[in-house]
Amino acid sequence: MSELAPATATGPLRATPWPVVVGRWLLQLAVIVGLYQLLLAWAGGNRYLLVVLTQAGIYVIMAVSLNLILGYTGQLSIGHAGFMAVGAYAAAILTKFFDVPFPVALAAGGLLAGAAGLLVGIPSLRLRGDYLAIATLGFGEIISVLLSLINEVPVGTRVIDVGGAQGLIAIPRHTTFAWTYGVAVLAVKLVWHFVHSTHGRACIAIREDEVAAEAMGIPSTRYKVMAFTIGALLAGVAGGLHAHQYLYLNPALAGFMNSVFILVIVVIGGMGSTTGAVLAAVFFTYVNQALPNWMQAAHLPSNIAPAVRMVLFSVLLILVMLVRPRGLLGGVELTWDQLGRWWRAAARAGRRHAVAKGGQA
Amino acid sequence: MQIVIQQLINGIQLGAIYALIAVGYTMVYGVVKMINFAHGDVYMVGAYVAFAVTAAAAAGSVSVGQGLVLFAVGLVAAMAGCALLGALIERTAYRPLRGQPRLVALTTAIGVSLLLENLMQIIAGPNPRPFPALIPARQIDLGGVFLNVRFAVALLVALVMMAGLQYLVMRTRVGKAMRAVAFDLDAARLMGINVNRIIAATFMLGSALAATAGVLVGVTYSRIDPFMGILPGLKAFVAAVLGGIGNIPGAMVGGLIMGLAEVGVASIRSELTGAVAFLILIVVLLFKPTGLLGERVYDKV
Repeated sequence: MSELAPATATGPLRATPWPVVVGRWLLQLAVIVGLYQLLLAWAGGNRYLLVVLTQAGIYVIMAVSLNLILGYTGQLSIGHAGFMAVGAYAAAILTKFFDVPFPVALAAGGLLAGAAGLLVGIPSLRLRGDYLAIATLGFGEIISVLLSLINEVPVGTRVIDVGGAQGLIAIPRHTTFAWTYGVAVLAVKLVWHFVHSTHGRACIAIREDEVAAEAMGIPSTRYKVMAFTIGALLAGVAGGLHAHQYLYLNPALAGFMNSVFILVIVVIGGMGSTTGAVLAAVFFTYVNQALPNWMQAAHLPSNIAPAVRMVLFSVLLILVMLVRPRGLLGGVELTWDQLGRWWRAAARAGRRHAVAKGGQA
Repeated sequence: MQIVIQQLINGIQLGAIYALIAVGYTMVYGVVKMINFAHGDVYMVGAYVAFAVTAAAAAGSVSVGQGLVLFAVGLVAAMAGCALLGALIERTAYRPLRGQPRLVALTTAIGVSLLLENLMQIIAGPNPRPFPALIPARQIDLGGVFLNVRFAVALLVALVMMAGLQYLVMRTRVGKAMRAVAFDLDAARLMGINVNRIIAATFMLGSALAATAGVLVGVTYSRIDPFMGILPGLKAFVAAVLGGIGNIPGAMVGGLIMGLAEVGVASIRSELTGAVAFLILIVVLLFKPTGLLGERVYDKV
């Protein structure tokens, strides 16, 4: 929380009184814990629902991290799943073969993915728009090819088997809903505070007009690389969580389909809207999991479920782009302030309507 | 030595197909400055149209003459069908978004690409299908080096198509209008060119060429599936970037280089072919971002 209220047209900068600041913290904490308890209570003992919720949490992290790159900084990266795979493999290898504690493995996976992000970002962020998209797509594909080529890696005296095209199996189970929820909250807060900081404003300036931002003295490459690296880092952590939930990894995790799923979430949820990304991640993960059941209920053959899912997502993607090019919640945050503003606007419109009717009578 | 020449022939044939797809990318990019991500899938649809038209007729054994006629019919049907598809995509998905940021157009194109792939998967099934053997798989002996008849036909058709395109773009009124729109859209409009029609024509032409490539791949490798368009599409894009995107001869050269590079790498380690294109892309973008035949572009403020 910032200690200074924003400078608005109605008044100068002034310090928020400390009881208000503390009150907001407590409120936030209450909402976070309350939401967690509510979700747990809703899931009850239903393991399936808990797994879906965990998966949703993982995709919340993926979505907010891609949103930082795509929505806030305006760089189309369509290889985001590549970073997820880097983090997933790194964390899984650490816990499976080296008995590293789970949080350390998660962090290490995140750091490695962040390093990969830096490595990919520095050369490719000199590219603009379309070229960057293809370069990041290429990165995802190269990761996927490499993972399916590498079977055994010698580490010191032992040789570890990372599975190659067959995939890495028997990863210890560590991911729980609590872990995922906690990390997701941290990721959302990290991205939120980043985009509301000086650096975040710089990123948004680059999104709006890179040439103008450069002219205002914003080092655009540095900020793009920064956003890209943070995004990759978070994706790596999400990958670690994914690995220890599914207990199985294969090179397809880095592939185009997974990247597109994350892209659909961010684009439809709204570019530049963290709350939009969160809501869309939960919604699409749920649809993704429930679709085969729905199709079964509608007596459709379930073997075409993946195709139907992709048709559904792509039609939605096209429609949303045609109707609202920045996504459903593009640039809007569903915060208490925003909800209150909408509520007051609605009330005002209602009053005006009533007055107009009264005037005519 | 013979192996080298053999690989060279294979590379040129593959490269000609990449070039056909790349030309479509480059034309659309040149005119509307967007990457038509769905281009690779139009290529896939082309292969399926030709399959649908010829499969029943070619079910039994066909003579060489009948096969060639069927091949021609399939090719024309695929070109016509894909030209319509290209125009339809442009009209419904891309035209309403003209003037929006490029991110939006690119995302929509990804959506269209996924839609085509998965609709085809629902319609035709996810499994690969054998493409009818319209052209006999006979080998011609060129003094120790063998040339497959199918490869020869594919190469020939590709060359004819590219020559035709070059004529159309350089010598006809439509081609002149396309070049004008590519040079400056607003100025072209002021000169009385119907920009929307020219853009639609560009999409149709590019899609027809992609369809040709699809049919040629179907004939030479006799196997088609709904996802066959993804990788060739990306590789063709890389070819277009390599040659300097927006530049038609560049796309042809880029396609040839890609084909040769890929065949060369495949003869060393076949699993790496998927990564070659992207490595080339990254190297090109790092050292010569405008491609081999591209010109320097400056930012307009």
